[in-house]
This record gives sequence, C-alpha cells and structure tokens, in this order.
Amino acid sequence: MKKLIAFFLALGMSFGLCACGGGKQQTINVCNWGEYISDGADGGLRVVQEFEKRTGIKVNYTTFDTNESLYAKLSGGGASYDVIIPSDYMIQRLIAEDGLETLDYGKIPNAKYIMEEYRDLYYDPQGTHSVPYTIGMVGLIYNKTLVAEPPASWGALWDPRYQGQMLQFQSPRDAFGTAQYLLGLNVNSTDEAEWRAAAEKLKEQAPLVQSYVADEIYNIMEGANAALAPYYAGDYLMMHDNNSDLAFVYPEEGTNFFYDAMCIPKGARNLDAAHQFINFMLEPDIALANAEVIMYASPHSAVRESPDYTLKDNPVLYPETLPKVQCFENLPQSILGLMNTLWTEIKQK
Amino acid sequence: MNQPKKRERINDATPALNAPYLLWSLLFIVAPLAMVAVYAFLGQNNTFSLDVFRSLFATADGRRMWGKVFGDSLLYALAATVICLGLAFPLAHFMAAGRARAQRTMMMLIMVPMWMNFLICTYSWRTILETHGVINSFLSWLRLPGLKLLNTPGAVVLGMVYNYLPFMILPVYSVMSKLNPSLVEAAQDLGANRRAVLFRVTVPLSLPGVVSGIIMVFVPSVSTFYISQKLGGKGSLIGDAIEAQFMVPDYGKGAALSLILMAIILVCMMAMRRFSDGEEGSFIA
Repeated sequence: MKKLIAFFLALGMSFGLCACGGGKQQTINVCNWGEYISDGADGGLRVVQEFEKRTGIKVNYTTFDTNESLYAKLSGGGASYDVIIPSDYMIQRLIAEDGLETLDYGKIPNAKYIMEEYRDLYYDPQGTHSVPYTIGMVGLIYNKTLVAEPPASWGALWDPRYQGQMLQFQSPRDAFGTAQYLLGLNVNSTDEAEWRAAAEKLKEQAPLVQSYVADEIYNIMEGANAALAPYYAGDYLMMHDNNSDLAFVYPEEGTNFFYDAMCIPKGARNLDAAHQFINFMLEPDIALANAEVIMYASPHSAVRESPDYTLKDNPVLYPETLPKVQCFENLPQSILGLMNTLWTEIKQK
Repeated sequence: MNQPKKRERINDATPALNAPYLLWSLLFIVAPLAMVAVYAFLGQNNTFSLDVFRSLFATADGRRMWGKVFGDSLLYALAATVICLGLAFPLAHFMAAGRARAQRTMMMLIMVPMWMNFLICTYSWRTILETHGVINSFLSWLRLPGLKLLNTPGAVVLGMVYNYLPFMILPVYSVMSKLNPSLVEAAQDLGANRRAVLFRVTVPLSLPGVVSGIIMVFVPSVSTFYISQKLGGKGSLIGDAIEAQFMVPDYGKGAALSLILMAIILVCMMAMRRFSDGEEGSFIA
C-alpha cells in the first residue's frame, strides 16, 4: 500500500513538473488558416521566424481548415490560443458569446494602416475585437479547355454536361451559398423553408458532383481533373500560377464577400505578446510579404500603395466594378442544426 | 512450496503495475465516454431525457436517412473486413509455414506501410486513382479508355483495406505461428488429408486471431471519416455525419450518434464472440 501511495505521489509530482516547466521564455499560440502566411516558400519572408527574431517571443503556430473546426477547438476548451484569424460570421458569433478579448489599440499602432472602408464592419461594429487580415470573394474557377463556353452563372454547376467534372465546397455554409445565390436567396435567412429550397437544389446537383473538397482542390484543378469549381479568388490565383488553362469568373447572380480578421480569444495567456503579434502582422513589410504569398486581397493601405505589390491591379482581387455580394452573418443555432441535417441528406444522394 | 510463493509475488505486484493504465483509462477512456453519454442524454433543463434520440428519428425522412447512413457504413466496413480476411488468412498461413528469417522479413514488409502516416497514405491513393492519375495515365498510354476510380464506393473500401490490412494479418499470423505443429502431424497420422487438416485443425485453432483481426479491421472501418471524404468524394458515412455534428457544434446529436454506433459495434462484437466460441467448441472440445 505504501508503495502504491509513493507511486501516485511520484506520478503527481511528474505532472506538476510538466505544468510549471518552461521557465522565462515567452510563448504565444497562434492559430491561422492553412497556407495563409508567408512561410518562406518561393523565397518569401518567413514571417513567424521573423517575429521570433525581432521580439524573442516563441510562436506555436498551428492551422485550422474551417471556421467551424476552429470554433470547436475554442469551445472544447482543450486549446488555449493567443491569436486567431477567423472569418466575419465566426467573429460575430464569438463576440456574441463573449469569446473575444477587447483589443488595446494603444498596443497596435499599425492598425492605422487598415483602410477606412474595412474598419468597424457589421461583424464587429465598433472594431473593438478584430483587425482585418485579408478580404476576398468566392467565384467560379473553370478550366478553359474543359468547358464548352466560359460560364457566367452559378447555373454552370447544375449543367448536366459537366457531370462528374465539377467540385463543390466541403464546408456546408459555402456550398449552400452557391445554391442560394443561384436561387436569389438571402444567405443569412432564418426561414427554414428557404434553407430547404437551397438543399433541394444541392440534392439536384449531388449526382453531378465529382467530390466535395477543401484543400485538395489545388491538386484537382491544377491537374485538370475537374472542369468547374467554386472557390476563393486568392486560391484561384495560386492555382493559376501552376496551370494557366484555369480561368475565373464572378457569377452574375452575386457571391460571397468575406473578411478574415485577427482576434484574441478569451483565455489567452499572453495578452501583451498577442497584441505584439497582431501589430507585427500589420507592419508594412510583413503585410506585403503575406499579401504576395497568400494572394488574397489586402485591406492594408501601405500594401495597396506599395510599388512592390505585384497584385496591385489584379482584376480578380480588385475588380473595377464589384459584383453583387452578400456577407455571411452568424446564424441561430436552430438554423445551423437544420443546415447540418440537410447537408447529411444531400450527401446521401 | 515453490508454486504458492510465486503466485503471492504476482498478486503483490498487480495493483501497482496496473495503476498507470488504470489512471490512463480513467482519464482518457472512461471520463470521455461518460461525457459522451451525458451529452447524449441531456435534456432541456439539464435533466435526463431521450429527446436527442427522438429528434433524430422523429420523421420518416430522418429514419430513412439515418438508416441509410448506418447501413452504408456497416456495409462498407463489412466489405473491407471480408476482403482483408480473404487476403490475410492465406498470407498468414504461408508466413507461419516459412523459415524464421523469412517470417521476420515478411513481417517487416507488412509493417512498412504503417511507418507512414495513415492520412498521407490515404491521400496518396488520390494521386493513383484520379482522372489523370497514375492508373488512368497508364491506361491512356495503352490507348485504353479511362476508368472512374476515385470518388467511388470501391475506392473507399480500397482505402479501408489498405490501411487496416496489417491489423488483420498480425493477429492471425501471431496465432498461427504459435500453432503446435504436432497437432497437424497428429491429424495427418489419423488420416486427415490437407483439406481436412486446414478446415478441421488450422482454421478452428486460428479463430481467436481471426476474431481479433475482424474486430480490429471492422471497428475503425465502420467509424472512419477521413477515408470516405478523401477517396469517396462525399463523406457520406456515419463517421462523417458525427464529425459534422461536432462542427455545428451540436454535441447532443454527435454524442447520440456516437453512442448508437458504439452500441451497434458492441452487438456485432458480441455476436462474433458467440459465433467464435461456438465454433471453437464444436471443433475442438
């Protein structure tokens, strides 16, 4: 029995040691989208290492692939992040649930670079909880050699001629969006009948869809394994670099405009360093390096004015006339549940 | 005098030796399972209720949908298990009959794919099966028409077989390699031909390995979600549906579906045990 007690004591002590180990080194946990920072590929700046070098703060950098999986990580309580970069509707939800720290702009002087039109937006009306990182739109990517004529409408994704040659979003909110634009529905509707109508449209599409994709879209489209796919404009530019047969259009029915912004979640252990990281990401040279590599549109005035910014006049990122757009807002839990059930039904078709 | 003394020592050592795993399983198996059960049976006012289960099967559409999701998942897993068994049993038999050195080499070769991350292996199959993938490029080089391989049920089953085959081979092989050869010789002495030896001695004696192999392939297959998403194109199996619930997040539904899946697996396993005990009894005793 004594031995047993000694054993548990020893075990307890070793856990204790793990918990308080680490010492003086400052550390922050950053969680960002995959492929969403300049990481030294293609000779770009290694942003995370640069931050560590300039500040001496160590960064644990992890990635997520959907807003929902980030939310699951946060609400599960198993992870503690200091900086996260979710999208608009998720920020709105996190603010509503009191999940974000109020930012101290005294510690983020570089926030002055954010262009006027991207401040204090609907998802964070006072701009107290988030600083925009990137902006973008969803459009239709197509392979010029595999389509009969360039598509102009979301209807192309329901064209039986392209059976088995089209992709669809794996994330239900974005996939429902494509049907909602086509049907002229509000993407933030709280009317169950409207969601069912969109689901019917997606069920109609299901037999035509080759697969429901996330990041594997790069390989599929670059390798000409599919003709059509709805996806984010910035990612299209990256694919186009590897396959110039690809082209892009903002369909006439309108599309989604989104904002991804930097936030500090409640429970962050190192508020000071988190603010430092956000401020660092807004340094003109860092913001430029990121904008060049991830190829999403930038809300940063110094980037947009920089003579070194190669995407400055890119018609995909900065079209002269903005297409009709809708932004995602946080949906009530009942609608989210319904959307998810309908999504499972669609997958059974 | 020797015997009881030895037993005493083992008894004395048991609790302390068990403690690490006991703690581990309490923390990481029992507690999470209890949480799953709590979420599944949690009602409106934090009371016990079956509302979540009722809501899943409330409508005819719901019943039909979940019936199909569970049915498909079981069917895919069953197909993968049968194929694995069909591949593994003859191979294990062959391996067990080989020389020690050859056995070790073959064992190595079987383990090699497991050194690579399972997600990477699965993803790599995409490159092989794609429209312009390795196989179809070869076919078009031979001027043969291309095949639709990726995003088919076959691709999902293939992914399951590829990933879980070692879990069938290992237990079957480990039982077979310990099979007492004198039993086979005795059967031969008593006039059994090769067929009779195989079906009345080798197969029944290796059943414990077969049963654990079946369980170790069937259980992860029936609950997979990565394979069905990456190779099936849709992710229409129960594992996908459960994952999707936790993304809403609707912990109640996710937990309820997980419990139903666990219950189904448990029933399958109990049926298996019963079946294998019966077989062993009739053949051996």
